[in-house]
Amino acid sequence: MLDASEGYTTEDGRKIGGVVMEMKNITLRFGGVVAIKDISFDIRQGEIRAIIGPNGAGKSSMLNVISGFYHPQEGEVWYQGTRRPPMKPYQVAQQGIARTFQNIALFEGMTVLDNVMTGRMRQMKAGLFAQAIWKGRAEREEVANREVVEKVIDFLEIQHIRKTPVGRLPYGLKKRVELARALAAEPSILLLDEPMAGMNVEEKEDMSRFILDVNDEFGTTIALIEHDMGVVMDLSDRVVVMDYGKKIGDGTPDEVRNNQDVIDAYLGVAHD
Amino acid sequence: MAQSSQATDGMDSVPALLQRNATRFADRPAYREKEYGIWQCWTWAEAEKEIEALALGLINLGVNEGDFVAVIGRNRPHFYWSMVAAQSVGAIPVPLYQDAAAPEMAYVMEHCGARFAIVEDQEQVDKLIEVQDGLHQLEHIIYVDPRGLRKYDHHKLHRFVDIQEQGRAAHYEWIEDLKARRAKLTYDSICVMLYTSGTTGKPKGVVLSNRNIIEASKSSSEFDRLTKDEEVLAYLPMAWVGDFIFSIGQAYWCGFCVNCPESPETMQTDLREIGPTYFFAPPRVFETQLTNVMIRMEDAGRFKKWLFDHFMAHARRVGPAILDGKSVSGMDKLKYALGNLFIYGPLKDTLGLGRVRVGYTAGEAIGPEIFEFYRSLGINLKQLYGQTEASVFITLQPDGEVRSDTVGVPAPGVEIRISDTGEVFYRSAGTFEYYYKNPESTASTKDPEGWVATGDAGFFEDGSGHLRIIDRAKDVGKMADGRMFAPKYVENKLKFYPNILEAVVFGNGRDACTAFINIDLTAVGNWAERNNIGYASYQELAGHPKVLETIKSHVEEVNRSLADDPMLSHCQVHRFLVLHKELDADDGEMTRTRKVRRGVISEKFDDLLTALYDGSPEIHTTTEVTYEDGRKGAISATLRIVDAKVAPVAAAHKVAAE
Repeated sequence: MLDASEGYTTEDGRKIGGVVMEMKNITLRFGGVVAIKDISFDIRQGEIRAIIGPNGAGKSSMLNVISGFYHPQEGEVWYQGTRRPPMKPYQVAQQGIARTFQNIALFEGMTVLDNVMTGRMRQMKAGLFAQAIWKGRAEREEVANREVVEKVIDFLEIQHIRKTPVGRLPYGLKKRVELARALAAEPSILLLDEPMAGMNVEEKEDMSRFILDVNDEFGTTIALIEHDMGVVMDLSDRVVVMDYGKKIGDGTPDEVRNNQDVIDAYLGVAHD
Repeated sequence: MAQSSQATDGMDSVPALLQRNATRFADRPAYREKEYGIWQCWTWAEAEKEIEALALGLINLGVNEGDFVAVIGRNRPHFYWSMVAAQSVGAIPVPLYQDAAAPEMAYVMEHCGARFAIVEDQEQVDKLIEVQDGLHQLEHIIYVDPRGLRKYDHHKLHRFVDIQEQGRAAHYEWIEDLKARRAKLTYDSICVMLYTSGTTGKPKGVVLSNRNIIEASKSSSEFDRLTKDEEVLAYLPMAWVGDFIFSIGQAYWCGFCVNCPESPETMQTDLREIGPTYFFAPPRVFETQLTNVMIRMEDAGRFKKWLFDHFMAHARRVGPAILDGKSVSGMDKLKYALGNLFIYGPLKDTLGLGRVRVGYTAGEAIGPEIFEFYRSLGINLKQLYGQTEASVFITLQPDGEVRSDTVGVPAPGVEIRISDTGEVFYRSAGTFEYYYKNPESTASTKDPEGWVATGDAGFFEDGSGHLRIIDRAKDVGKMADGRMFAPKYVENKLKFYPNILEAVVFGNGRDACTAFINIDLTAVGNWAERNNIGYASYQELAGHPKVLETIKSHVEEVNRSLADDPMLSHCQVHRFLVLHKELDADDGEMTRTRKVRRGVISEKFDDLLTALYDGSPEIHTTTEVTYEDGRKGAISATLRIVDAKVAPVAAAHKVAAE
């Protein structure tokens, strides 16, 4: 196992840094149901970290713990070297953690541009009154934030739908707009909840390329949940495998692929 | 023809025109590009600085006089600068189609022997690296968009801005060399080399001199009285001669501004924002725009639809006459003015054509209905006939003499003669120098007196003196009974239906005509949506019985109209099928400028062609397809073959009466 501060170099030559986020013995219960049972793993600076597992394994619950939506009954979340007290999701967002949702959560009636602008809320400091009269600081802020947003729009190649209401877009593009909104927050960690769910092969390829480009271009650390094994194995640097709320594997895609517990969980095992 | 090697006023190269514009039009816009949602602008003086920095950088990198520099990317100011910078250092720019697959690119790169390439992004860099093994001459690649390229080996890979930066840093080292190289350029030096798309065989490199480009730009600008105030939108492939003439030749001659769209998908929005005064598009663009308008009108409310239909009918009746300045009754004029206020004006504005003073369509024949639609709105859309070898212009339609079935009168300075076989020959100052590394083709196309064979069959119309083009000379064939077979004519009639995207008609040496048809996914898809017809793929929609029924009715209508044509009444389509895939340039079925390659298609779909003639009701087939990234796959389908009713041929006197 690696030391927490020490990095490693991936096969394709990317430098991965030390641990930015660590889950220590997390247990999450809903009444009598144990969704996550004593799970520990870490996420390192600049890596693409995947969480996989069969249906009901607790993957989304895990992501919700990271994003501060659920508070685990036991265990600790360490972020950038300090223990994170229980927080509201917006406080977590203020710490630089942005996410997308499995079921798209955009404002359907607003344009793509406006939706992506909401990703900049954290950077807007002007008060309600200043925003309303639209002079001085409010205007300057809007211009500066719009610039960031336009760069994201350019990066994700959605210029042609800039002024289109989100409700009129096809599914694959909505997913991309969600990613744009998360990116507009200039996060240090990006959480993606099933970014390729329901996409066709071409859309998946596009999305994979964008995820890799985001990681490469901005050095964003990415944690993602995904069902499509091919995508996970191609994209990620390290993979956590969950089954029935427990961690059954953790390592590089190759290690995980050859892990007997993982094979059993995915393919089933004969009980004598 | 006696030609001096110097232009009268010293404007004998594109870089010389740039120097003139940089002083004469210093503060006027030369280039605009929409980036990050805002139109960024460069004045002529700024553009000159950018080009100079790049030119110095190119010298610094080792570009020699006479080198070829490949330019691969979509329309962006950077690539226009690249071409002029290459010319400034005495090199020859070779723009290539950016959507070409790697093997196509390999052929052209090898043929021109380019040592340097200026490209857009990772996609193009990857393609060049892929073909690198076969190419031994390519030394440096310069790219504009750094995304995804950070980890590449940068010994031979450079960022565009870095090359400019190096050029600025090396200003004092190279500026005298640059000036000397620029001064050496004459009317005879090569301005650009453009590859023809080639409906048959390998692409040929057409070498055009400064004389060709400047003379052609000059006379055509005078013909349409273009000024420094024009606005154009550059969106057509940079490898195509038209774009070179409009966005460099005429733009530099007149000093007008070239606007580059944000991305290919935003073209329509950008067109509307810019509102060009001078617009050029192949028929396909006008067809698509019209289809979109019609689709949206189908979805409009009943009152709006009625208003639209009513005023459009009026526009069709009197619009073209008003545009041509002919006399129209006062009542009609008033109603047209009213229509302009409520329908035509807003519609033109939506289309982005509200300010168009001169519009051209060329490359293929345009459907009379489509042509009339735009003209009736009051848009001065005209036709021209040209080719790469002529630096575009052979014939042009003068204002007020515009018709859909002719291509106009000889352009200024162009001589035309029709050979005994009916082929069109021309001679002009714009006539190309030679085909690069291909003296045989040069000799067979251009005779020692400078006459060039167009490969098109045509004739001058009695009375008006306008040229009419019948078809590609080599496509015009004979049916089994010896009567003329002109496929393009029939295909164009078919393509005028919004539902039909592409058609290929067969019949050479046979006793009846048959056709392959491609449906237009936008139009047919919209129809399917409105009629609650579910479909998962192009293939499924193309095979839907109701779609076949619709297409059949179109074919029969075409047959009826052909029956009235004394020359081509025997070219009616007896049987047809709707193809299971779209004809595509990646599969070699079309050229990059979207002209069908008849030979390739009849060879590739040999089984389908046989089935069209042996009377079988359906056929099962498997076709290889190439994806955009170059991988190959196969699709198979069972296609129904439909018999279309053939209309009885009208009596000769009825035709004469028309």
